[in-house]
Amino acid sequence: MNGRTLHDLVSQAHASNDYDALIKLVPYAQLIGIECLRLGDEMVFRLPQNTENIGNPMLPALHGGVIAGFMEHAAMLHLLMFMGAPHLPKIIDFSIDYLRAGHYRDTFAACQVWRQGRRVANVSITAWQTRQSEPIATARCHFKVDEP
Amino acid sequence: MSDELILQRTRQFLACLRHCQVLGLSVQHADRNVLTLRLPYSEKIIGNPETGGIHGGAITTLMDTTCGISTACALPELEICPTLDLRIDYMHPAEPGKDVFGFAECYRVTPTVIFTRGVAYQDDIDQPIAHVVGTFMRMGRQGHPAAGGQNA
Repeated sequence: MNGRTLHDLVSQAHASNDYDALIKLVPYAQLIGIECLRLGDEMVFRLPQNTENIGNPMLPALHGGVIAGFMEHAAMLHLLMFMGAPHLPKIIDFSIDYLRAGHYRDTFAACQVWRQGRRVANVSITAWQTRQSEPIATARCHFKVDEP
Repeated sequence: MSDELILQRTRQFLACLRHCQVLGLSVQHADRNVLTLRLPYSEKIIGNPETGGIHGGAITTLMDTTCGISTACALPELEICPTLDLRIDYMHPAEPGKDVFGFAECYRVTPTVIFTRGVAYQDDIDQPIAHVVGTFMRMGRQGHPAAGGQNA
């Protein structure tokens, strides 16, 4: 897929407020079940509760790796949607702090791009379940944005 | 504790984790010092549809699990140790179509936290896809999933 097609997909998604086609691009995003919700000019990502995303069955709690994968993908989509990244951004590094147990329920994430240069973007991500002021995890990552 | 018992313990641990079954993770090697898990390549974990490369999230799950279960190799009694933090640095993308191995060791065990480090690799552990460090919290015996306790 070239930059043009990706750009068209993003434009169509924004215009129709339907982000399914963008989500369907990436099999892993479908596997864990990521969704996008646009609230005005803000984008909130949602990971609906899904038994297949459980780590510890006793609590039950989401697998920490799924929470991380959800946050990484939210950051990538956020760059695609708002920063006009011409290609799928490539992950350089990813660092996550787990603050509370991720219970078996819907999880949300919002992103903040702190810096987008020509080659690299720095994004921070917050994930929560009950309220945004009580995050279950915070993460930061770098993406390479300059090459396909 | 014998290496045979450690292998058995890590397999039981992994079998409890639902999402790890979805990804098809398996124990490749376990002893008191190190743990290696295998993540089989599959189309459902593709992150880049242009190249067929595996999504970082699947690699993070592999490494969180490998580092997390490596704590069970280092401790005399089974404890669940939730992840405090995890950092992954990608050296190069995973080659499509090939399985990924997660290797981890605990390099410092204290009464409250365990420091782990590891790599994700495909053909050669000396040419890793990613370097990882993770810190885990010790919850004591009550943390074991079989006893009902804190999360993994």
